[in-house]
Amino acid sequence: MSTGEHLDNHHDSDHPTAKQYVLVGIILTVITILEVGVYYVEALRSLFAAIFLGAGAIKFAFVAFYYMHLKMDHYLFSAFFFGGLVLATSIAIALMAILGAF
Amino acid sequence: MQDIEVEHQESTDHANTLGVDMRKFLMWVFLGSDCLFFGAFIATYLLYRNSSIVGPYPHEILDIPVTSASTFILLTSSLAMVLSLAAFQRGNTSAARFWLFATAFLGSTFLGFQVFEFYHFAHEGLTPKTNLFGATFFTLTGFHGAHVALGVIWLFSLLGVSYTRGIPPEKSMNVELAGLYWHFVDIVWVVIFTVIYLLSSLPPSS
Repeated sequence: MSTGEHLDNHHDSDHPTAKQYVLVGIILTVITILEVGVYYVEALRSLFAAIFLGAGAIKFAFVAFYYMHLKMDHYLFSAFFFGGLVLATSIAIALMAILGAF
Repeated sequence: MQDIEVEHQESTDHANTLGVDMRKFLMWVFLGSDCLFFGAFIATYLLYRNSSIVGPYPHEILDIPVTSASTFILLTSSLAMVLSLAAFQRGNTSAARFWLFATAFLGSTFLGFQVFEFYHFAHEGLTPKTNLFGATFFTLTGFHGAHVALGVIWLFSLLGVSYTRGIPPEKSMNVELAGLYWHFVDIVWVVIFTVIYLLSSLPPSS
């Protein structure tokens, strides 16, 4: 194996196992089912924004950290991805504030 | 001596002094920039969601049960994608091909749901020209659908390559790059499902 091949795969042993991938898939499915269930509970309406945004953030994190391997990959990948994400969110909030959406 | 030179060339082909694969690094840079792309569309949707003068309005037309099903399908396709990558890395070609096909098939099914939704909305009188909700909704979900369509073509292409030239474990980075793109499309949908469908489709309080 060349060093280049080694570089391509040097984190493979750190990757989650197939069982862990399936477990993450089950967690994502359960969260989605709970979201849809909560959607029809009128009594929780005042909490909808917090519940849905929280659940969405958890699903986002599970996919990014486990399926996209950010948890065990080089920090540079996380820096560029979350850098773009934070920049996008900041611009979106600023745009909405400037144009009177709040 | 020549062997050493060839090996040195291979080691520097896709790596920099930080020891990261440059193709993977560039894919992450692209995904970071794509966040800005979708961020702009989501912000525009949120900005104009209550500005439509005529209907249909979001709470009258968005169908949560149908979209929940398509969300489940896209999340499942991400699971199939990582199982395919893990199988390619282990050298288990038949399992890798099965999961890769499953990913592409589930992605195609998601696109089918989107075509159904767009057709249903058009039938109900909502098009990009109807109102601001229609314009921003179709632009956002349409561009996401285009990303999914590109991903499906990429996955079927990889499947074709695995049958013709083969994808050995040392070439599994080719699958990992497609996987990163596919998971990104998945997490963008998680945001769209939360913000556009769950939060924007609520009827006014009685």
